[in-house]
Amino acid sequence: MSLELTDITLTYPDGDTRLTALDHVSLDVPRGSVTAVVGPSGSGKSSLLAVAATLVTPDSGTVAVDGTPTTGLSRGELAALRRRSIGIVFQQPNLLPSLTAAEQLQVMAGIDGRSPGRARGRALELLDAVGLADQAGRRPHQLSGGQRQRVNIARALMNDPTVLLVDEPTSALDQERGAAGQRQRVNIARALMNDPTVLLVDEPTSALDQERGAAVMGLLTGLTHRRATATVLVTHDRALLTAVDRVAEVHDGRLVLSAPAR
Amino acid sequence: MFVAWRDLTFAKGRFALMGAVVVLITLLVGLLSGLTAGLARQNVSAVTGLPADRLAFAAPAGGQDLSYADSVVTEAQWRHWARVPGVIRAEPLGITTTRANAGDRSAGVSVFGVLPGSPLAPAGERVEDGTVVLSTAAAGELGVGEGDAVTLAGRELTVAAARGDASFSHTPVVWASLDTWRALAPPAGARDGGPTATVIALDTDRGADLAAGDRAAGTRTVTKDDSLSAIGSYTSENGSLQLMRGFLFAISALVVGAFFTVWTIQRGGDIAVLKALGAPTRRLLADALGQALVLLTGGTLAGTAVAAAAGAALTGSDIPFALTPATVLVPAAVTIALGALGAALSVRRITSVDPLTALGSAR
Repeated sequence: MSLELTDITLTYPDGDTRLTALDHVSLDVPRGSVTAVVGPSGSGKSSLLAVAATLVTPDSGTVAVDGTPTTGLSRGELAALRRRSIGIVFQQPNLLPSLTAAEQLQVMAGIDGRSPGRARGRALELLDAVGLADQAGRRPHQLSGGQRQRVNIARALMNDPTVLLVDEPTSALDQERGAAGQRQRVNIARALMNDPTVLLVDEPTSALDQERGAAVMGLLTGLTHRRATATVLVTHDRALLTAVDRVAEVHDGRLVLSAPAR
Repeated sequence: MFVAWRDLTFAKGRFALMGAVVVLITLLVGLLSGLTAGLARQNVSAVTGLPADRLAFAAPAGGQDLSYADSVVTEAQWRHWARVPGVIRAEPLGITTTRANAGDRSAGVSVFGVLPGSPLAPAGERVEDGTVVLSTAAAGELGVGEGDAVTLAGRELTVAAARGDASFSHTPVVWASLDTWRALAPPAGARDGGPTATVIALDTDRGADLAAGDRAAGTRTVTKDDSLSAIGSYTSENGSLQLMRGFLFAISALVVGAFFTVWTIQRGGDIAVLKALGAPTRRLLADALGQALVLLTGGTLAGTAVAAAAGAALTGSDIPFALTPATVLVPAAVTIALGALGAALSVRRITSVDPLTALGSAR
């Protein structure tokens, strides 16, 4: 197993009491597989991801990455574990505005103390793997939402992690699709403002033609199998579950179901 | 510095604006430093240039501060100091300010009275009763040269030489014999042994017991540098200018600190992402501080270059501007050091950014 969560309990302060976010949760994720964690809002999915990413220390239980228990590690040691063994695909792309697509990946070498310049070849190779070879020199504001999310995925793979944590990968695309739809509706209303007798419409659905979540999922599962990562996918979108190997369902902080997806 | 360099070029408008502020502050500090040093030189160079390490003043009564204007030492005090073991040389020195005339020109001058042949005066061997050695500035203002006549307080004297650039209390120095000086400005307050001079210039070695000498002679001996505060105008003038310089340094540090505080807050999301990805906090701090140093060094060098060019243009003019490494490079180094301190205090908030905020954040 590359990621082992054993008997994890996590509570947060809630007034005079404590709110239980995770209640004796155990989850093992083998390499080369995608495990989806689903559940309603507030069920504890994000808490599970935060614990797996070593960003939150649980009240009890153990987390092991590549067989290494994280209990007792210092902040610096946890940071080193994250940059070398854990890839995080954020819910929002969270790209740095001053960096080009390739540099978003090269920075991963820099934070690991290696030369970002020498890592450019690998960055371009990964951008090619996510279909962005021709976008390497573009900054985030010059990329579409789907392209930004692909850079987000490629960045997570830059340091060859054994564990890949994916947080709502289509959420940003949904939001962008919604915003684009609203803009297009304003566009149509503006065209009707002066009661025109002739209305010329130029590809009205092209702006809505965003990348599909399925494409992102296809990319993630393909990379998981090729690179043998232990991938945890947190999502509320059940349409994505057809592409995963296992589904773990969280309700009120408890892992109530862990079964193969198909 | 990978991200820091790219931030500098990506947000070039913001950094250019901040850099321009650093350039202007450095320029102002540089000009003020040159002016302060120039004015100080006009005020004290005759004292700082004396071939002596200490000056003995008449001990002021009632706990008053030492003053060149009020000190009067006697021949007996001078002779006592000349006999003190460890005192290599004791030279009486009279100081007074008066007007000098030559033809239709006149100038305010400081007359320094020394013993004929005294090493205190440049070309001291040419200082005799009836002759004077002028500083070049005095000779220039009066339009006289060697062999010409000048009048000091109604007494006609011959210019024996024009040497050095000594000035005192913003007036050029005229070196005269002690007897001539006494005739020009008879010292008040005769004491035992009769009034002789204003102070006694001492050249001492380590073995000299100065405290015992002071007790026995009724004097108070201070180092040459400490004696500068006894020049009435120097302390207030230099203090005001140094206060301005200090405020400019403080403002510089505060402005730089404020800029990097805002910048760090703006970058909070990026920092959280980098931390979540595993970036060590110390590396993020080093990057941020490196970025601040690049900005500070660039801005300071540009400001210093402009200040040096302005100083070079002012050299030789009536404005007393001193262009030296101390007036150009030291303010630049202090600006960088204090600015870096301000930036360091600002970017330390990087340590408190929680990487957990990168999960689920929309930026």
